[in-house]
Amino acid sequence: MEQLIQQLINGVSLGSIYALIALGYTMVYGIINLINFAHGEIYMMGAYIGFALTTFLGLGFAPSLILSMIGCSILGMVIEKVAYKPIRNSSRISALITAISVSLFLQYTMMYFVSPQTRTFPEVLKRKSISLLNGKIIIDQKNIYIVAITVLLMLLLQYVVKKTKLGKAMRAVAQDKEAAELMGVDVNKIISFTFAIGSALAGAAGVLVGIYYNTINPLMGATPGLKAFVAAVFGGIGIIPGAVLGGFSLGMIETVVSAYGGSVFKDAVAFAILILILLIKPNGLLGKTVKEKV
Amino acid sequence: MKKVLLIVMSMVLVLGMLSGCKPSTVSNDANSKDADTIRVGLNYELTGGAATYGQGLVDGIELAIEEVNKEGILGKKIETVKADNKSEDTEAANVSSKLATRDNVVVLLGPATSGNTKAATPAAMQNKIPLISGSATEDGITIDGNGNVRDYIFKTCFNDSFQGIMMAEFAFNDLGAKNAAILADTTSDYAQGLSKNFNETFTNLGGSIVTMEAYQQKDTDFKAVLTNIKGENPDVLFVPGYYEEVGLIVRQARELGLNIPILGGDGYESPKLIEIAGKESLNDVYYSSHYSPLDDTEEVAKFKESFKAKYGNYPDAFNALGYDMIYFLKDALIRAGEADPEKLKEALAATKDFKGVTGTLSIDEKHNPLKSVTILELKEGEPTFLKKLDPK
Amino acid sequence: MKKNIIIIISLLIAYLSGQYLINTGIIDSYLQLNIFLIGINIILAVSLNLITGFTGQFSLGHAAFMSIGAYTSAILTAKMGLPFIVALIASGIVSAIAGVLIGIPTLRLKGDYLAIATLGFGEIVRILALNTDYIGGAIGFNDIPQYTNWTYVFIMTVVTVLVIRYFLNSFHGRACIAIREDEIAAEAMGVNLTLYKVFAFAIGAFFAGIAGSLYANYFYFIKPDSFGFMKSVDIVVTVVFGGMGSILGSIVGAIALSVISLFLQNIPELRMVIYSIILFLVMVYRPTGLVGKKDKEGKYFKGLRKEDFQHVSAKGN
Repeated sequence: MEQLIQQLINGVSLGSIYALIALGYTMVYGIINLINFAHGEIYMMGAYIGFALTTFLGLGFAPSLILSMIGCSILGMVIEKVAYKPIRNSSRISALITAISVSLFLQYTMMYFVSPQTRTFPEVLKRKSISLLNGKIIIDQKNIYIVAITVLLMLLLQYVVKKTKLGKAMRAVAQDKEAAELMGVDVNKIISFTFAIGSALAGAAGVLVGIYYNTINPLMGATPGLKAFVAAVFGGIGIIPGAVLGGFSLGMIETVVSAYGGSVFKDAVAFAILILILLIKPNGLLGKTVKEKV
Repeated sequence: MKKVLLIVMSMVLVLGMLSGCKPSTVSNDANSKDADTIRVGLNYELTGGAATYGQGLVDGIELAIEEVNKEGILGKKIETVKADNKSEDTEAANVSSKLATRDNVVVLLGPATSGNTKAATPAAMQNKIPLISGSATEDGITIDGNGNVRDYIFKTCFNDSFQGIMMAEFAFNDLGAKNAAILADTTSDYAQGLSKNFNETFTNLGGSIVTMEAYQQKDTDFKAVLTNIKGENPDVLFVPGYYEEVGLIVRQARELGLNIPILGGDGYESPKLIEIAGKESLNDVYYSSHYSPLDDTEEVAKFKESFKAKYGNYPDAFNALGYDMIYFLKDALIRAGEADPEKLKEALAATKDFKGVTGTLSIDEKHNPLKSVTILELKEGEPTFLKKLDPK
Repeated sequence: MKKNIIIIISLLIAYLSGQYLINTGIIDSYLQLNIFLIGINIILAVSLNLITGFTGQFSLGHAAFMSIGAYTSAILTAKMGLPFIVALIASGIVSAIAGVLIGIPTLRLKGDYLAIATLGFGEIVRILALNTDYIGGAIGFNDIPQYTNWTYVFIMTVVTVLVIRYFLNSFHGRACIAIREDEIAAEAMGVNLTLYKVFAFAIGAFFAGIAGSLYANYFYFIKPDSFGFMKSVDIVVTVVFGGMGSILGSIVGAIALSVISLFLQNIPELRMVIYSIILFLVMVYRPTGLVGKKDKEGKYFKGLRKEDFQHVSAKGN
């Protein structure tokens, strides 16, 4: 029983990281239908910015988190302007290849400058854990931070998208760019803004993960990026609560599979369940089924 | 019609481009022995998933070459031809073939991982160029499926079986463990080799493996498997792997209150381990290594300092293994008398009592090093010497 | 008729001159390795182009079919000692069966969802291979006999290109192209969507299996990680780089990318940076790829099904 509770805690803390990255993924997809493969790399850049700020400038947790988010949102906007805007009119698959090229570019430029070796974050948050039931269940304080920040950001995002004028414009662009433009929405500005928010989220995730796991390297974005993408599809891509739900579900599935002795096939089972979900509910858990019009 | 012509033409063009550099290398070939440099081919993982290890070895190699070139070997300097294999086996084979046929190297160094080394092997064998790997630990590197020695392939690192068996015996006999858990990287041949041998030896000694868990390279969250292991109540946990993941595993194990001894191999050897795991987590951790801080000879100290001076940090196992490869090569070249692949191969096979920073080694008839292994214990992150075992 | 004769003669000349150059040693082992690799990449790209470029089904799991072929061939030749030709054909068939099995359920999905499902399939195959001791697991499958030679590579490359070409010119091939252009219209015209999608998938998988077999029996050694997600991406990149929906494009793409990769071998530190910039420039300035400007009917060809680039047709700037 204690073990089960501990595993659930493990699952939530792993899932919150996927959810955090998936949020940015799903936002960008929601607006311009682009699988932004470079998202995982922005997350990596966020971790490095946080690393530089804490290590070389000696900044604390909050300022480095915020500065890193700002840095990443600028990076995201630049990437959008330089790389994705020119290909907005080409086919989806060449857009995907462009995203992959941006992702490779960021990975290997970083590798060139900072070398492939792993770096360790300084301890900006004290290691402190809460133990329950005579030490049978242990919760790391950082876990609580990450879960709280993830949920907070999701709520904030949901508010921005659903309740503000900006959000309305975003939804309009997502539905029909041309019509939105005719209605006086500055489409370029909205897309730019979407990238800024999505990248800021990735940056936040990068810093949090850097602090939580204590290690960063130039290729750290690849696997979580892929997993977060899976999580976003899982929950229904383009839907903000879906990304969070997908992230938590994925984390939970991986943990449960490991808990029942299947750690060898952890990822295989996660993917198999994903395929099943897609077959049963092709638009993801929270996705609406859109009737095709002829 | 036009298309077919186009295809044929483009193929001819490519052929032309590729063979374009051929004539010049042919003329090089004639005087390669009299050339004023000794050409050494480096085939390493400089990009891709294994870049940390490849780059680590290359850093060690380059430092050693700088030192060696101050005096030269046989009156010549070493010239490296460095190529990247992207951590992919196809590329490793490709690069190996290029170095062996186009660049007139007398010896191939690398790749870092066992898989890529196996992919690079055929080109070395076909072109009769010795290949030395300082880190490909799999037993099948130097011996083929029929038990024959691969003539031109050498390694300077422990066999997987050697370390796995040593640690199993250590766990059973010295730590008195009866139940062990294994947590190994499923994607790493190194981890799989060690884990297989540990499992067999430990079971044969009369112990039992209570659970075998797995992770993948670059994973960062191990709490689920560690919770599982904790539930099985093993006496020891064997984690064959590299310091990046091991550091996280040790840290998370201790955070979860899993305070049993953790055992591993030479992949632990890195100052990064302490940085990642934190001093307070690194108690009751035992690993096999090439050298111990107690027999810190002058050479080892000098190596550590000059490495730090060049790269700004203290060396890890990969840096040290890379560094030793060049001196190992120098030793053989001097005995061979000239930079000729065939003579070099003979000299490499005859290596006796070569003293390097990772210990003293002799090459046995299977082209593996006979090298003593040291078992170290980490106390508050500080390695302390526990025992030294000589090869059988 | 006359056209066919010219094709046959030029192929024969290409084959014989290649064989001659290899025999005389003008093509050395390094050059030979790269020519074989180009051949294998052409087979992979052309077969994926049938699935993605012509039938419009976005697959990110092509490397999995290659790995099924490679392992089948390795088992049949190294463990069972069967002749290579048997192993070669068996690899294709086993991969094709896998293609049908994975195709029937997943091909109901569209666009990105299909892409992620095939990606998942690829990862599952890789993880299963990693944990199967019979084929070496993570340690890999070593000492596979080297049977692949110029004749096999040449014939299989030509056969792949010709079969897929003739398939596309047939009634069935046109049905596939119709699916890409407009699924609903195609269905209304009586095209059996599932049948043709699965059919295209099976043919593509068959040739990917052949490529895997040629690969395994040339390089002696295979391991599951060689056929991971990045390999699938590489194949997609080759197809898009050369031009979607163009066989010539896939051939040119495979050759161009292999040659670029060779030249970049010597600048290890910057190789991937330069590679990514080249990729980016091609996508920005020639989004249809190097060759894929027009399809056979002379229409301007953009990519996947209409609905997939609906957002694109809106004036987005």
